[in-house]
Amino acid sequence: MIPMDWIWGLVGGLMIGSAAALFLLFNGRIMGASGIIGGLVDRSGLRDWAERAAFLAGLVVVPALMLPLYRVEVSTNITSNLAVIIAGGLLVGIGTRLANGCTSGHGVCGISRFSLRGIVATVFYLLAGGLTMLVFRHVLGVI
Amino acid sequence: MQRVLLAAASGGLFGAGLLVSGMTDTTKVQGWLDVFGAWDPTLAFVLGGAILPMLVAWHLTTRRAAPALGGTFPAKPDPRLGHNLVLGSVLFGAGWGLVGLCPGPAIASISWGGTGGIVFLLSMVAGMLAAPPIRQRVDRLAAA
Repeated sequence: MIPMDWIWGLVGGLMIGSAAALFLLFNGRIMGASGIIGGLVDRSGLRDWAERAAFLAGLVVVPALMLPLYRVEVSTNITSNLAVIIAGGLLVGIGTRLANGCTSGHGVCGISRFSLRGIVATVFYLLAGGLTMLVFRHVLGVI
Repeated sequence: MQRVLLAAASGGLFGAGLLVSGMTDTTKVQGWLDVFGAWDPTLAFVLGGAILPMLVAWHLTTRRAAPALGGTFPAKPDPRLGHNLVLGSVLFGAGWGLVGLCPGPAIASISWGGTGGIVFLLSMVAGMLAAPPIRQRVDRLAAA
């Protein structure tokens, strides 16, 4: 038996990829979450602010509307350690802007066009994430 | 106007996919990264599923002159790697591992992520604002 989580992962993944395909084929844009919000935050992407804002609005509103479909309460299960949350947020913000992409831009959109930058970025953030889990969960026990 | 509506639809489908796939649950993401603990392979199915439609989409861009709603398709990927790509990805991966959220799910889950989710998002925005001066310093160090 294949675990249901894997099947939902595949279904959700196909939805994520279809969303990226729509954005590329209709608007000619790469669906990268950090780039879309980052361009608004540092004002480097204000020229097409309406498209960016609309994308973010859809990203927030649609899953919020889906919550009642779930019988169990949906949770992010995020840590309650605020220091860890702040450190993690800062690292994700700085890192994605330096690397010019995150899981969606480098991972989904980059790997699928065989971009060397996307593949290298993905290798490095996976390695860093795995190492962080090893050190902070199994050695230091803080997460 | 059509471009704005399409962007909203794409963002909505992206958010729905993140929720359905389990990527807004930090335990699923940290489970994937926890190779030396209780490893959870779900994320491989998510990434694999997401790449399939995009393989088709990138192929279609070679057969069409322009996107359906105007503009141009993205330029060919830059083959140069550079220190910022590597350093940035390492920092991003560390933050991703610490909390289990990357930018897409962090935004998608804002309506149910509670205080922790909002603090994460604000910290991420602060990091994005701090990135340009950090990039200048790194570039200066790399050039020296």
